Amino acid sequence: MSKHLDDIEPMIYESRISVPYQWWAGETASAFFVSLRDRKIIQGTRCPDCSRVYVPPRKTCPSCFNRSMKPVEVSNSGTVTAYTVARRQFASLPRKVPVIFGLVQLDGADTSLLHYIEGVDPDEMSIGLRVEAEYAEERTGNIRDIKCFRAIGQERS
Amino acid sequence: MDRAAIIGVGMNRIEASKDRDTFADMVWESVNLALDDAGMTIDDIDNVVTTSNDFWDGRTISCMAVGDASGVRNKNVSCVEGDGTFGAFYGLTRALSGAYGTTLVTAHSKGSESVSSLISNASFDPIYERSLGMDMVTACAMQAMAYMHRTGTTQEQMALVSVKNHGNAVKNPLSQLPMDITVNDVLASEIVSDPLHKLDCSPVSDGSCAVIIANEERAEKYSGTPVWVKGVSFCSDSYFLGDRDISRAPSLTRAMEKACSMAGISRPDREIDIAEIYDAFTYQELLWLEAMGLCKDGKAGALLEKGEFNMNGRLPVNPSGGLLAGHPVIAGGLIRIAECVKQLRGQAGDYQVQARRGIAHGVNGLCGQSHCVWVLDSEK
Amino acid sequence: MGKKRVAIVGTGQTLHRSHRPDVNGQELINEAVQLALEDADMTIRDIDAVLIGNMDHFEGINYVDCWSVDGSGGVMKPIIKLTTGGTTGSTLAIGGYHMVASGMFDRVLVIGWEKNSESDTTGAITTAFDAVWDRLVFAGAISGLAVEAQAYMARYGATDRDGARVSVRDRTHACNNPHAQLRKKVSLEEVLESPMLADPIHLLDVCPRTDGACAVIMANEDHAEKITGTPDWILATANRHKYAYLGDVNWGVLDSMSEAAAELFKKGGIKEPRKEIDVIEMYQPYSFAGIIWLEDMGIAERGKGAEYIWSGATDMGGELPVNPSGGVIACNPIGATGLIRCAEAALQIRGQAEDRQVPDVKLAVSSGFGGCMWSDLILHGREKPEF
Repeated sequence: MSKHLDDIEPMIYESRISVPYQWWAGETASAFFVSLRDRKIIQGTRCPDCSRVYVPPRKTCPSCFNRSMKPVEVSNSGTVTAYTVARRQFASLPRKVPVIFGLVQLDGADTSLLHYIEGVDPDEMSIGLRVEAEYAEERTGNIRDIKCFRAIGQERS
Repeated sequence: MDRAAIIGVGMNRIEASKDRDTFADMVWESVNLALDDAGMTIDDIDNVVTTSNDFWDGRTISCMAVGDASGVRNKNVSCVEGDGTFGAFYGLTRALSGAYGTTLVTAHSKGSESVSSLISNASFDPIYERSLGMDMVTACAMQAMAYMHRTGTTQEQMALVSVKNHGNAVKNPLSQLPMDITVNDVLASEIVSDPLHKLDCSPVSDGSCAVIIANEERAEKYSGTPVWVKGVSFCSDSYFLGDRDISRAPSLTRAMEKACSMAGISRPDREIDIAEIYDAFTYQELLWLEAMGLCKDGKAGALLEKGEFNMNGRLPVNPSGGLLAGHPVIAGGLIRIAECVKQLRGQAGDYQVQARRGIAHGVNGLCGQSHCVWVLDSEK
Repeated sequence: MGKKRVAIVGTGQTLHRSHRPDVNGQELINEAVQLALEDADMTIRDIDAVLIGNMDHFEGINYVDCWSVDGSGGVMKPIIKLTTGGTTGSTLAIGGYHMVASGMFDRVLVIGWEKNSESDTTGAITTAFDAVWDRLVFAGAISGLAVEAQAYMARYGATDRDGARVSVRDRTHACNNPHAQLRKKVSLEEVLESPMLADPIHLLDVCPRTDGACAVIMANEDHAEKITGTPDWILATANRHKYAYLGDVNWGVLDSMSEAAAELFKKGGIKEPRKEIDVIEMYQPYSFAGIIWLEDMGIAERGKGAEYIWSGATDMGGELPVNPSGGVIACNPIGATGLIRCAEAALQIRGQAEDRQVPDVKLAVSSGFGGCMWSDLILHGREKPEF
């Protein structure tokens, strides 16, 4: 860059963008959340062509493009297929570390759901852990109506 | 595919914070370096593709900020939002479609201007996932855990990637973090999210890159040495992490197969001389090498320990230092292309390796959802 | 392999509405995709690559191309995102063209979409402008457009009544289009009496905010004529995204349009656009643009745009209908809008435009607008082009 700019003090202008959002969940997701809120039941959808059961539910099968997906209840219990323990207090975290994130494949589902894992020492955490959904006392129809998935016993590999 | 070549590359120094530079200043610098490298003026450029990301820049229509610096005023121009390797792909198609002979591709970002955790958290689905607060680091930590579980790769082997790449960066004057470290240094650094330590992670940097792509007719008209594009392909996996087997990278495997097939390469592990790949985290270098078939599945860590991927190894990987030594998002993959080009031309200075054919690789999305692979060759 | 001729072989649009609470973004995308596949009688398996775009800050989702794979059909396919603000939709169409013409893909799916109902449009648009120089004094998109209108009016003596005549035309045309959001006529008086937003722009002079998606399938010459008996050939594309700062703009003359149009018509061998072009789908975000930009395109003489409009030449049945779909004033899902112009031009060429069909369309132009007074143009033709 030009020499005459060398001695200029670099200025920094701070701002925040304010663009508030409200996302339409759509009917399929709404049915899922109503089911969490009112019945404490996790609902997926099954493709009539490939029989895959998706959690979170899909309106259309991502691989077959079939639009006649059927609602299917899956178990509140499942297996952890991947996890991490957040130790640094990242800006995106709404809770204090350590926070255990896990992918939970519920019995009856072909895909895994992302959520928090509790009831286990972070240093003892492992893939294969069996967990069960613990619901929040006050539920309003969002993913946090499930408070976490709580460890329920011995690992299954 | 028709013949095309990269005839000019320009990149500026990757830094934690370029206080004196706006987006346009950075791009201006790398565009001029690329033009000088190619022996061209901006008038020799037929059209432009910029690459940027609205979230990272904090600007909707982020391409607007760098239009002037990219020389677009009287030209046809477009913008890809994604890693620079994808922008370069589009730039390539524009040089092959018959409308234009040369395309200037630019890419930039300034990680210093935002809170990266919040920006990457915004890639999560707003309805089912975002409020849980996962970001790119915690997501990749989860992938690392799954990869280690499936393959038996150890934390020490992952740490060795960091040792290698920061060490390679010592010879690269443009890198942000040249460092002489040991495996113990990596394992002793702050654990950010199991199993990743701070030194397993790339920084979030400021930087930009520009490359010039030409079709066969124009590739040898300027003074820049052409490096030929023999194959290129990209492919995306499913979106939800829970829909995927994140311990594998099937979309990368598919992109690599396609790119190699275009290049007439059947044994990449034998026919590729150098690879600049997207090492945003240490485990990724190992996982991507396996998914690309550049080594046997599950064996990358052990081979690294044997020195296979060192500068003097069978297949030097990231002799530039890779992203671990400096990671401007969006520009990251375009820099891999530029570094590979320098190597194949014999212009890599102190970190030169012997190479005729190389791979440059870029990633888009969480945990390597989408990959773009370039096969480059110094011979036509 | 090598340069290939490219045609549009299928299109699909949602019924664009102010709110679509029944679907999330990628479900909205899927609707348009399924319609386009049906139109082309193809399955998602026949698609080699997906191009997609929107304006990120309208939906608040980073890496939208990655997020929307379930809806776009992109799982285990090449997916790429293009975005250039308001011109996104046309940028995508141009992108599809180059991807296929280059020989890299045979058949591509191009998708533009927006769920404007989910965000604060003005808040999002304001972030487009330079944070240090322009953002603090700029208020959304409308003020810039008002500056343009004022500059033109000062130069040529036009009034807001002339702008209103354009609104009347487009809102009348929209009644023929089941996809359009606003399908009710308006009168000249109603436009002039509607609230003034930024002098001389009234509420009924500008576009609404819309949720909608559009998908277009492009194929190379080896496939196009097997897929459909009525391909819409892309004859040429041209664009200019000239300005980055508001103070640089040449207000009252859309330079980007005049330069892109000159290039487009030269590439397409069009010597007298007013005579040779049969229909124009113009990305016209507010009424006055319909006067100014027709001049910039070389359709009307400089200063005579309003006269041309008043003559009825651009109405259905006129010498050169503009926006038979009702255009942007009747419907504006921003990331889709430019692609909708392209799709509507394709429908005209292919004879599929139903109640809004202009008879015997051989050549059509679709345009995109956005950013800091940018323009994209595409020339469509019924006859397969010579090489």
